[in-house]
Formats: sequence, structure tokens, C-alpha cells
Amino acid sequence: MKKAILTASAAVLALAASAGIAAARDQVQIAGSSTVLPYAKIVAESFGETFTEFKTPVVESGGSGAGIKEFCKGVGEATIDVANSSRKMKEDELKSCVDAGVKDVQEVKIGYDGIVFATDIKGPDWALTPADIYKALAAQLVVDGKLVANPNTKWNQVNPALPDWDIAAYIPGEKHGTREVFEEKLMAAGCDKDAVKAAGVGEKEVTKACVAVRKDGKAVDIDGDYTETLARIDANKTGVGVFGLAFYENNADKLKVATVGGVVPSTETIAKGEYPVSRPLFFYVKKAHLGVVPGLKEYVEFFLDDQMVGPESPLAEYGLVAAPDAERQQQRDDFAAGKTM
Amino acid sequence: MTAAVGTLPVAQAPARRDIGLKRRYAAETRFRWYGRVAISIGVIFLAVMLISIVSKGYTSFMQTSVLLPITFDAKVIDPQDKRATDPSVLIKANYPNLARDALAARLGISPDDKPQMAALKGFISDGVRTQLRDMVVADPSIIGTTRDVWVLASANIDSAYKGQIDLGVAETNRKVSDKQVGFMNKLRDEGVMAGKFNTGLFVNGASSRPETSGMGVAIIGSFYMMLIVLLLALPIGVAASIYLEEFAKKTRLTDIIEVNINNLAAVPSIVFGLLGLAVFINFLGLPRSAALVGGLVLTLMTLPTIIIATRAALAAVPPSIRSAALGLGASKTQAVFQHVLPLATPGILTGTIIGLARALGETAPLLLIGMVAFVADYPTTPLDPATALPVQIYMWANEAERAFVERMSGAIIILLVFLMVMNITAIVLRRRFERRW
Repeated sequence: MKKAILTASAAVLALAASAGIAAARDQVQIAGSSTVLPYAKIVAESFGETFTEFKTPVVESGGSGAGIKEFCKGVGEATIDVANSSRKMKEDELKSCVDAGVKDVQEVKIGYDGIVFATDIKGPDWALTPADIYKALAAQLVVDGKLVANPNTKWNQVNPALPDWDIAAYIPGEKHGTREVFEEKLMAAGCDKDAVKAAGVGEKEVTKACVAVRKDGKAVDIDGDYTETLARIDANKTGVGVFGLAFYENNADKLKVATVGGVVPSTETIAKGEYPVSRPLFFYVKKAHLGVVPGLKEYVEFFLDDQMVGPESPLAEYGLVAAPDAERQQQRDDFAAGKTM
Repeated sequence: MTAAVGTLPVAQAPARRDIGLKRRYAAETRFRWYGRVAISIGVIFLAVMLISIVSKGYTSFMQTSVLLPITFDAKVIDPQDKRATDPSVLIKANYPNLARDALAARLGISPDDKPQMAALKGFISDGVRTQLRDMVVADPSIIGTTRDVWVLASANIDSAYKGQIDLGVAETNRKVSDKQVGFMNKLRDEGVMAGKFNTGLFVNGASSRPETSGMGVAIIGSFYMMLIVLLLALPIGVAASIYLEEFAKKTRLTDIIEVNINNLAAVPSIVFGLLGLAVFINFLGLPRSAALVGGLVLTLMTLPTIIIATRAALAAVPPSIRSAALGLGASKTQAVFQHVLPLATPGILTGTIIGLARALGETAPLLLIGMVAFVADYPTTPLDPATALPVQIYMWANEAERAFVERMSGAIIILLVFLMVMNITAIVLRRRFERRW
């Protein structure tokens, strides 16, 4: 018995030691954004089912930033092949990639994602504008030419058309890619920059002052994902939550969606560019791994195929807003041509 | 003079001292009540947790299926009759259409009735593609025949069948249309739609479709990791504790080691994950997401627990046993291995199993080494990508689809059963082999 344990332990140690020189990796490895994760999962699964000669790619979640960091660790078997991201790769991230030897990065845009405001299904209809959101959720507002702490406590103080509800908004936390879109497309868009400047804020500080969210408990940062936001709305029936369009569509029997600028969010209105709060979704591929990791090239081509990202595809059914035809063709051409960042 | 029999002075009972008897009784009664209240609060929390998990999760063990007479039509599978020369047509064929046509026939819908046919979309799980393909690939001679096959209904139909979708809300706001509810009721009344035991939950890998997703990969991954933890942590931990407890002289160095081991036992598990990422993946170049790396990280995490439990078990063996062995001429090593260690075994095993149970429930350290991932294929060796039971629960908790909620609770039930079995084993071992002095 004791001898058996010793032998087995020795075997495990030997296995651990030999793994460093293990055979070549035969599986695509992907990491990154939790927004892109569901789409990547659908593609990975279909890929595994269609191409029986390749293994199903492994998709890790963990966030756009974490995925890109892992992606930029270098080239080779121990590093991932694809990073999913719900935002464009930043300049300094690309630089860190290049510094680590990942010189050729191919960017692929897969489509668009909408961000919606939703309340409990039994609540009244909501029609929001970016200005309403700014006035309700900004840290400081300009009142009589001076910047003061946000005095609004009820939605109908912001806009008389909104219900008499205490302001309680559940917005994505700062580590989310969604937060950036929220700040840029709603807070900054709803903010009267000239008035803020007139109130004595320096030129460079204006945007920062505009996107600062109030910290008095009326706007709650959600660091988990949309399931948590949904639970908050369940608990507080007069709360307003920020969701991805796909999540809302999967839970439309529990949530009522608000219009923004008079436009109802849907895949159609986002594709037409009418609904203002949307963002492109990306993934990044290591060119050095193409042709080395089996299935990587096929995976990317399969992802870009119209049967995956087209308007009548499983991804569109899940909630992805397909890019216009010309743009999808452009992505395919760029990838085939090996265009790098 | 009367007999000088002095009357004894009546003995005065001493003034009753206040020894606070009443107060002490009251305090005792109060304390007992505190204890009862504390236990009831604990039991209530446990009951609430179990009831909420079981009530949400028990439905996940049944999965709605439809019995369809599927005609393996050569015109659909292999329209150009090329299968003899090119076997890949059998893999790429449009199997979902076979199931759709069979469903339409079963419901009496004509293929020309476009609106009705459109409503059939999303009724049958897309997992039927692999199910039927595997049947055809295994036995191509079934092409051209008709077989009765139980196929899975889609997750939305499954949720509606189980009553988890509120059919009272407007049709546009739910994932199941009124037509589909009609089909569903018709099939149920005809007895060809029923909940079947959900084997897939235990054997399937991860999937983006709730109805075909399962914990197979997670169970295998957890099994590999537990095996690695057991094979590494037990011998290393026991050897370290025997040396520290029985052989090492008490010096400043052993004191420092002891303090460090106790500290390590309290270090948050995510720290071990960071260590694993830096050492095993970045330095040693082991593969990401592999059960081997997970097992090594959990070994590091479990070692202090095992060392502490083993040392306590060794220390509980009375010194007389050692003295007697030494007195009869046994060497120190013989005394330890032939007398002390067997007596300490129940304690060591209990500590090991509790350490393993803790390792089984860990997610945080696995996040950093890439095991929180979508893995569809079975890991054949510990070097292949895998996930773990608690990771699967976490992944399902983050899904948007309603049907994943019950799967998450179902997975929690499975994990709890595993933990319960391990803890009961620990108790049984202790009861059977424990020696009292």
C-alpha cells in the first residue's frame, strides 16, 4: 500500500517534469471578455461539431483587459492564441504585446452589441435621453453656473415625464468594458460641456467631470455580471439596470426595456445606427500561431463566415448585431490578406 | 438543684449566606437558551440554503424529450449519393432538417405551410445534429429506414414544459411562442413528449446550449485534480509532519517553519493561484487550463492542512507507546513507523479527506491558471484542458438563459453530494479505527 503510493507519487512527479517538453498543443486556446464569451462559445462548439478533425477550442472568461494581458505575454505554446475583447486594443496594450515578441496581431471585428436600460416588467414605460441619464447619475451638475453635488433624488426631478421613483441605477463596474461605452455614449453625450467649462472646469478636465458617476449610493456599480444586475432589479422593483442587449432579449419576460432618444433598442435599430448606445466587439489573433496551432486559421475563418456572424446566424439569434455586409466582407478579406495592427 | 443537665442552647442556624444560587440557575438556563437559539439560527440558514437549491435544482435531473419517428432519408443526408467515395458527407449533412421534418409529420403540418413550419424553428435542440450524425456514422445502413428516436427539446421548450416561463406575459416578451405552446401541449397529450432522466447532465461536456450541457468534463477534471492532490500532498505532508513531530530537534528554525505552516493554512487560495501561474505555467511551461496544474496548485493549498492534522494526530499518540517500543529495543524509526503511525492513521485520514473536500470546492486559484473556461472535449490525460465542479457552477451562474439556472442548482446538488460522501467517509474511518486511551 505504502509502496504503491510512493510509486504513484513518483509517476505524477515524472509526469509533471516531462510535461514541459510535452507534444505540440493541438487545441486552440482563447481568453478574454465575458461579453464576447457566449458568442465565442457558440462558435467554438459549432466548430468542434463541424470540423471533427479538430478539437473544440477552449474559451476562458475573465474580462477584456485580463485576456489581452495574457495574449501579450509572448509567442509560443504556453500562450493563448486569441483574445476576445469588448473594446479596441489600447495603444499601450499593443506596445506591451510587441515588446513581448507578439509583433503581428490581427484584429477581427465580429459585430456590434447594444447596451440597454431596463426596469422590472411591471413598471411603466420609460423613455430616456442621454441628458436624463447624465442629470440623474452625474456626480456634479451645473446649477446657476456653479458645479454642485447632484441634487436630484427622484427620476421625475430629472425629467417630469419619468416616474416618481427614487433614483437607483445599477450600472456596470469600472472593470467592465461596458462601463467605457456607458460613460462615452451616455454620460459624455448627455453632458453640456460648455456649461461645465463655464463653471470653471479646465479644458482637459471637462470630459472627466462629465463622466464622473455619483458616489452617494444612488448609482450602484455592479462588478459581477448581468445576472447580478437582474437580481438587484428583482429585489428593488423601482431600480433601473444596465444590460447587454443579448441578456435583455433572453430575459424579456422579466424586464421592460427603456427607449433611448426615442429609439427602441433592437438588433435592427443598432444595425441601422439609430440606437445610440452600441459598441463593436473584437477578437485578436496571433499571426505567428496561424498554421502552427491546428485549427486556428479554420476557427477564425469559420467565425467570420456568414453562417456564424451573418444576420441570420446563431450569433445574431443570441443577440449579436451583425455588421453590415460590406464590413463583414472587409473583415474576411483583411484576415485572408494577413493584415496586422 | 435539679440535675444539672444543662439545656443546650438552641442551635442557631447560621444566617443564610447569599451564594447567588438563584442567579446562577438563571444564568445557566439563559445560557442553554442562547445555545438553542444559536443552533436554531444555524439550522434555519442551512435549511433555507438547501431548500432554495433543491427546489430550484431538482428539475434539472429531468430533461424534456420528444419521441420522433425519424426517417433517415438519403435525399437529405446524401443528395448526390457520394457517401461511398466521400465519407465526410455523412458528417456535414443537415441532420436538424430530418428532425424538423419528423416533427412536422408528427404534428400533421404540411411542409408548404410556411408560418407553421417557421414556428417549429427552435423547438428541437440543435444537439440533434450530433445525436443523429453519431447514429448514422456508427451504422450507415440505417440510411433509408425510419427509427423512433428520443430527441431533446430545446431549452426554451424545456423551461416552458417545466412551468419556468411565465406564459401570462405578452407573447413578444417571451422566448416561447403561443404556437409552440400549442405544439407542446399536443405532443404531451399524445404521450410522445416527456421528461427523461438527464444523463447528459453527468456525461456531457460544456455547451452553449443548456439542454446539451453537462458536467462530464468538470467531473473528470475534478477527479484528476483530487488524484494528484492525494498522491502528492499525502506522502509529502505525512513525511514532513513525521519529521517535524518525531525527529527534528526543537530549534529556532523549526519554530519558524511551524509558524509559516500555520500561516500558509490561512492564506487566501487566490494567492496559490498566482503562485501556480508564475511557477508552473510561466516558469516550468506547463500547459494552461490543464488539470495537472490545477492539481499542483491545490496540492500546495492542501499541504498545510494535512501537515497540521497529521501533527495533531501524531501528538495525540501517548508517549508511553513510544517509550515501550524503544524500551523493547526498537529503533526510533521502527517505533514511529510500526507503532505511532498506525495509531495516528485515522486522524491523518480525517485531516486528508477534509483537506481534499476543501480543495474540491475551490474556484479562485483555478481562475488564474485558465481552468475557468469553456471546455467541450473530455480531457484524456491530466495535461488536457479541463474544468472543475465549482468552476462549472460559476460558469452556469453567469449565463443569460433561464434554463441554466436550474442546471446551476443541479450542479450544486451534485457537488454537495460529493462533499457529503467525502465527509461521511472521514467520519466512518475515524469511528472504525479510532483508539481511545
